[in-house]
Amino acid sequence: MSDDRIFISTDEPPAESAALVDDFTPSLITQANHHLCPGCGEPIAIRAAVEAIEELELAERTIAVFGIGCYTAFAHNLDVEVVQALHGRAPSVATGVKRMLPEGFVMTIQGDGDMVNEGLQEVLHAAARGENITCLLLNNGVFGETGGQMTTTTTLGQRTKTSIEGRDPHQHGHPILLSDLAATMDGAAYVARCAVNNAGNVARTKRYITRAYESQMAGAGFSLVEILTMCPTGWFVDTLEGPDYLQDTLAPVHNIGELRTP
Amino acid sequence: MSPSTPRNTVTVRGTVVIDVEACKGCDLCIDACPPRVLEMTTREANAKGYRYPRLLAGCTGCQACAQICPDFVFQVYKYDTPLELPLDDEGGQ
Amino acid sequence: MSDRALLEGSEAMARAAVAAGCRFFTGYPMTPFTELLEHMAALLPQVDGVCMNAESELEAVGMAWGAATTGHLAATGSTGQGLSLMQESLSEITNARLPLVVFNMARGQGDYFQATRGGGHGDYRHIVLAPMDVPEAVELTRLAFDLAGQWRTPVMVLGDYFLAHTYQAVSVPSIDGAAPKVPDWALNGSTGGSGAAKIISPLGSGTEGEEGFDLGAHFADCAAHIQALEAGVEPLVDVGFCDDAELVVAAYGSVGKFVRYACLQLRDSGHRVGYIRPITLWPFPSQAVQDAAAGSAKVAVYEQNMGQMIDDVRLATLGAVPVEFIGGPSWDHSGFGIGPDINVPDISERILEAMP
Repeated sequence: MSDDRIFISTDEPPAESAALVDDFTPSLITQANHHLCPGCGEPIAIRAAVEAIEELELAERTIAVFGIGCYTAFAHNLDVEVVQALHGRAPSVATGVKRMLPEGFVMTIQGDGDMVNEGLQEVLHAAARGENITCLLLNNGVFGETGGQMTTTTTLGQRTKTSIEGRDPHQHGHPILLSDLAATMDGAAYVARCAVNNAGNVARTKRYITRAYESQMAGAGFSLVEILTMCPTGWFVDTLEGPDYLQDTLAPVHNIGELRTP
Repeated sequence: MSPSTPRNTVTVRGTVVIDVEACKGCDLCIDACPPRVLEMTTREANAKGYRYPRLLAGCTGCQACAQICPDFVFQVYKYDTPLELPLDDEGGQ
Repeated sequence: MSDRALLEGSEAMARAAVAAGCRFFTGYPMTPFTELLEHMAALLPQVDGVCMNAESELEAVGMAWGAATTGHLAATGSTGQGLSLMQESLSEITNARLPLVVFNMARGQGDYFQATRGGGHGDYRHIVLAPMDVPEAVELTRLAFDLAGQWRTPVMVLGDYFLAHTYQAVSVPSIDGAAPKVPDWALNGSTGGSGAAKIISPLGSGTEGEEGFDLGAHFADCAAHIQALEAGVEPLVDVGFCDDAELVVAAYGSVGKFVRYACLQLRDSGHRVGYIRPITLWPFPSQAVQDAAAGSAKVAVYEQNMGQMIDDVRLATLGAVPVEFIGGPSWDHSGFGIGPDINVPDISERILEAMP
C-alpha cells in the first residue's frame, strides 16, 4: 500500500502568521544537548522546574542545590545559581543557604538514591524543622547513573541489577514512600507527587511545582514535590515502554496526588 | 473515483519545527501527541544514527510534544487563523 | 577596644569568632565541644547571626557548607568522633574553594593525623592551628577566619578539653563590629538569567560545553591551590633554648604548654634542653624544626597519643638527628585526655631519661 500521506515540512518556522508558544530549550537551561539517555524523564522534570522559576520571576533569587545522580549533568547547565552538594546532603546545604539568604528562593534537585537512600535523615529533618525550602525528588526507582541498581523506592517485584528476580521483601525489604513520610511532618507545608510519563502528568507536575514554589515564597515552611521519572536504561525496557512501565510499576505504589497543602 | 469528490482535508491549528539532529529517537512524543500526527521515520536517521519524528497534517499547537521531549527538539507555533490542509495526495481511498 | 575578662576557653573562642565576623555556626553537642556551641548560640543572635543545633554532624557540616556559599563567614565543629563524620564534606568543601572554620575540641591528641592529613578522600590538605591556651586560642581563632577568607579554604582550630574548660583572664575584641563585606564570588541568586549564572561546586565552575567540562583541569587547579597554600602560609611556631640544647623536645597544644614549662624548669636546673612547639600543624614548620634540631644531639617528641606528629618531625629532620618518642596515650579514666599524666614532674622525668 503506497504511503501517499502528506508530511509537513518541519525545518523552518511557518510562513503563515503564527505565535511561537514553545521554543526548543527553556531559557534557563544553558546547553541544549545533554548526555542523559534517550527517553529519560529527568530533563522533562527539570524543564518543568525551570519554567516555573521563570514564570514566577524567581530566576534572580534562585539558588538550586543539586544532589548527585544523572540529573547532576544539569548542575553545570542551568542559568540559575547552583551549589553542588554531596550525595544526600542537599537539604542541609540548602538550609545553610536559606538561613543566610532568607529572601533567596532555595531549592534542591535530588534523585531517589540521593534523597531516600543516602540523605533520608537530611530531608526528614528539614521537613520536621519546617525549613522554608523546596525539595524536588526525581524518583525513577533505581540508581540510574550507575546502571540500574535497586534503591529504597524500588517497588516489590521490580527487577534491577541488585534485585535480579524482582525486589523481594524478605531479602530486600519494602519500598519507602518518601512523600507520604514527609507529609506526616508538621513542618511540611506542601507535599505532592506526580510524574512525567504523559503530557497530562507533565502539566500536573508543572502545577504542583508552581504551588510548592509559591508555598516557599509565602514562607509557609517546607515543600516537596516528588516526580516519578522514566529510566528505560535502568529499567531495561525500550524507551517507548518507559511511560507504561512507570504507570504499572512505580505509580501504583508511589501514588500521584497532593498529600499535604497549606 | 470521480474528480469531483472533495479532497480529504483537515483543520490545522499549529505546526512545529523539529531539531532533527538533537533527537535521540526515544519515541515519547509519538504517544504524547493528542491528535497523533507525529510519526517516527523508519529509514531516515540523523547524524547520530537516531530515527526522528515527522509531522502529518492535524497539529493543534498544544505543546504536548515539547513538554515531554527530554531533548528539547520541538519549537511549537499556533497559527493566528487555522489552515485547511490536504491529508494526502489523492481524493482519499 | 577589647574587654578583659575571666572567660572559659569555649566562651573566649566563641567571642573571638563572632568578633572575627563569623555569622553562621552549627554543631551537634558532644563533649568537650558542646560549650562552644552553647556560647555561639547565645552570641550570634546578638549580631543577627544564625546558630543551629544540627540534627547530626553530617547535617551540621552540610549547613555550614551552604552558609559559606553566601559569602558570610561560617564555622562548625565537634570533637574527634564528630569530625570523623564531617570528613567527606571537608574534603569536598576544599575543592569547592569555600572558606570555613572548623573547631575540633579534641579528646587527647589522637586526632593529629585526622586533622593534618585529613580523614576525607582524595588529594586535599587544609590549614590546622593548635593553640596551647585561652589567650592564644583567641588569636588563632581570629587568624583562622582571616586565613579561611583569604585563601577560600577550610581552616581547623585544634583545641582540646583543657582549652575548652579552663578559665583564664583574656582580652577579647568586642563583638559589636560589622561583619566583613560579602566577597564577589558569593552566591545570592542575582546572576540567574544573566547567561552566566554562578556555580559553586567541588567539581569546579566549568559549564557544560559541547564536550562537557574538564575535571582533569579542575583537579590540577585544586592541586595548584593547595601548593600555593602550603608555600604562602607562614607556619607559626614557638621555640626556646635550642641554640645550645643537647636535647630538643617537640610538643603541641595544651600538652605543649606543660612540656614547655618542664623545659623551662630543667633549664633553670642547668640541663641543656630546648623546646619547639609547632602552632601551625599544617603547613608544618619543618624549617623551624630542622633549625632547632641542628645543634642538638637528639629530638624527643611528647604527644598524648601513640606518636603522630613524630612523623612530621622525622620528615623535617630527615635523619639528621635521632628522634625519640617519649609520649603515649592518655591514662585518663574519663577518656577525655586530661588525666594524671599531664603533669610537669612526670614529663620532666621522661625528658631527663631521653637526655643523650
